[in-house]
Amino acid sequence: MGVETQFQDGFMTTTIDSVVNWSRKFSLFTYPFVTACCGMEYMAAACSHYDISRFGAEIPRFSPRQADLLFVVGTITHKMAPVLKLIYEQMPNPKWVIAFGACASSGGFYQNYSVVQGIDRVIPVDTYIAGCPPRPEAVLDAIIELQNRIQDRGPQGISGINPNQEEKVIPKARESKENLLLSRQ
Amino acid sequence: MEELATENKGQNLESEMEDQADASVMTIEIGPAHPAMHGIVRFTTQIDGEEIVDMIPEIGYLHRGFEKESENSKWIQITPYTDRLNYVSPLLCNIGYSMAVEKLFGVDAPRRAQYTRVIMGEISRITDHLTCLGAAAMEVGAFTFFLWFIKGREYLWELVEEVTGARLTTNWTRFGGNATDIPDGFLGELQERLEKIKDILRECDTLLTRNKIFIDRVKDVGVLSKEDSISFGFTGPMLRACGIPYDVRRSDRYSVYDDLDFEIPVGSVGDCFDRYLVRMEEMWQSISIIEQASDKLPAGPIAIDDRQLVLPDKKQVYGNIEGLIDHFKLVMEGHQAPAGEIYMPTEGGNGEVGFYLVSDGSGEPVKCRVRPPCFNFVSAMPAICKGGYVADIVPIFGSVNMIGGELDR
Amino acid sequence: MSTEQEEIGNLTQLLQEQFPGAVQSYHQHRGDETVLVERSQILPICQFLRDDERSKMEMMIDLTAVDYIKESPRFEVVYHFKSLSLEHRIRVKVRVPEEDCEIDSIHELWLAVDWYERECYDMYGIIFKNHPNLQRILMYSQFEGYPLRKDYPIGRQQPLVEMRPVNERHDYGEL
Repeated sequence: MGVETQFQDGFMTTTIDSVVNWSRKFSLFTYPFVTACCGMEYMAAACSHYDISRFGAEIPRFSPRQADLLFVVGTITHKMAPVLKLIYEQMPNPKWVIAFGACASSGGFYQNYSVVQGIDRVIPVDTYIAGCPPRPEAVLDAIIELQNRIQDRGPQGISGINPNQEEKVIPKARESKENLLLSRQ
Repeated sequence: MEELATENKGQNLESEMEDQADASVMTIEIGPAHPAMHGIVRFTTQIDGEEIVDMIPEIGYLHRGFEKESENSKWIQITPYTDRLNYVSPLLCNIGYSMAVEKLFGVDAPRRAQYTRVIMGEISRITDHLTCLGAAAMEVGAFTFFLWFIKGREYLWELVEEVTGARLTTNWTRFGGNATDIPDGFLGELQERLEKIKDILRECDTLLTRNKIFIDRVKDVGVLSKEDSISFGFTGPMLRACGIPYDVRRSDRYSVYDDLDFEIPVGSVGDCFDRYLVRMEEMWQSISIIEQASDKLPAGPIAIDDRQLVLPDKKQVYGNIEGLIDHFKLVMEGHQAPAGEIYMPTEGGNGEVGFYLVSDGSGEPVKCRVRPPCFNFVSAMPAICKGGYVADIVPIFGSVNMIGGELDR
Repeated sequence: MSTEQEEIGNLTQLLQEQFPGAVQSYHQHRGDETVLVERSQILPICQFLRDDERSKMEMMIDLTAVDYIKESPRFEVVYHFKSLSLEHRIRVKVRVPEEDCEIDSIHELWLAVDWYERECYDMYGIIFKNHPNLQRILMYSQFEGYPLRKDYPIGRQQPLVEMRPVNERHDYGEL
């Protein structure tokens, strides 16, 4: 069809966006911001048994400047919140955030004076993983979910691309999740 | 990573340190989010060249209000919070808490429950030491060791899941017994898994214990004298590495540890290498304890028959009105602990985990305090590190085995 | 708690002989030897417990406080000591009133005390006199109030960074 007929076999055409997004989604450099219990399951997911590297999120980068996926693993307290915010701001765009576990997603069963009731009150979040702590399979699922979204939408509509429009962007990200779910059915 | 330190500083400490500092001394911040720190803690370190002159630890980044939550819960609702105290050995905290409440009530769990608690608790101790040593070795460069130890931990966690239903946050013990009995065929599988763990331990022993690179990093590093260790309130492997055979399992004779034969490994100098050796040997001892306990495991009930403490059988609940009422009252009103105060020490993964409970006779605790072993270790970090090199912080902190949930609660 | 008051432990007896009038009450509930002592005497009593041949408390195991909000004096500071060589434990308690929330620091006797007293101050606002560095340890310096006091509401948060508005979250009401 069209321009493809001009080339020999072995060529295919696509849009530049999807090539870029394809390369983006399989080279996620993660920054594990490990604070609490969930870190144990993060370790389990990263080690040989569950082997997160099968899904292109192999290398943990312990500097936010070299990472594009922030794993917030564990409870964030009010004392820790400024540190988290600073780390998020130090990451280069485009960037994505995964809230790992119940505490990071909503504060979990710690509803008290010291715990932030979900990290989305501090930074925008793309994917939430349920569980206290989540099983490693759930972590892998969340990574695949995020990769699908990166492939579909690229950095657009993902919370990290424009920090000035955070509030507007979050509902969009959630919409897109609903759309994905609908399209799967 | 130094610039990660935030506005949230103890400003007073900062300015104080700057006043004292002379030209050759530099202040660097290590943490709270640092790759070589397992756990979130911040060290404001003053260095002269490579040498550590002074160090101020800052903790509290994982303070989740355990005590406040406990005071606003019923007694049984605290058990899940204890899972998350020492999240590397949750079962030991579960057991410690349940034994504390049993002491408050003045009851004892049945023999079978005690033995299964010992088995599960020692499994948990092995997972604790596997994680601690694995992470500590990884931080000084032995990545293979870490992967193998985590592999071993997975084997044990699958066992824990079979019994408790969860890998990590087990919530397994109840007052006067356990939630579930061990499933059929568990002991056979346990033995198989223990053989695998033994293989891993032997392999890793040959890999690391006489490894020149590793020994150079940890030998004679992080020494604290016997007297100071005691004064700092060290317990567990940290104290035993100094050569003091203090083990709560032996000294307070709780549960059925009296019937079981085990040795308390001690170190000689109290450096990081001794701590490594003590933990390695403790895993062998734990395996031996598990094997003895499986052999001696008595038959019988897993919980006492006391309607004040234990939920009645489902058959009773659906079958007669007393059962239903007991169930209702226990669920709706909670356990009515008698007035009093107790302190129950148990040997956790890191040392003495003690629960201090105060009850006024109503359904809710007045105070539920846990004595955190890590707290003492981190408070001693300046004393241990002073005079050492910056690079020594990593093996020292690895050997300390700080667990955030337990340190900050 | 006074049900088992008739029994008297060895250490309690020792303290009663050594410090006449300082021991206000004692009990051995579930085998835990406990003494409630005079506030002004806490430093000499701890010193005695550490140094005397018959008690030899080498370790300060735990230090905390309890808030009995309906009673007066309101607070109770609780010390747990352990002797490694003689293998016994004792719990020493001191009542501290709310209006004069002070007690002598015992940081010179055990190295571990330093941080435990800071934590106790942080959580309950009890001032330890002569403590070298009595500052918040678990909470941040900007935090107001003392979270473990019974009159501090459990859900009252004091954020350091501005909290973003979050939609679509079920509102649990006032925590």
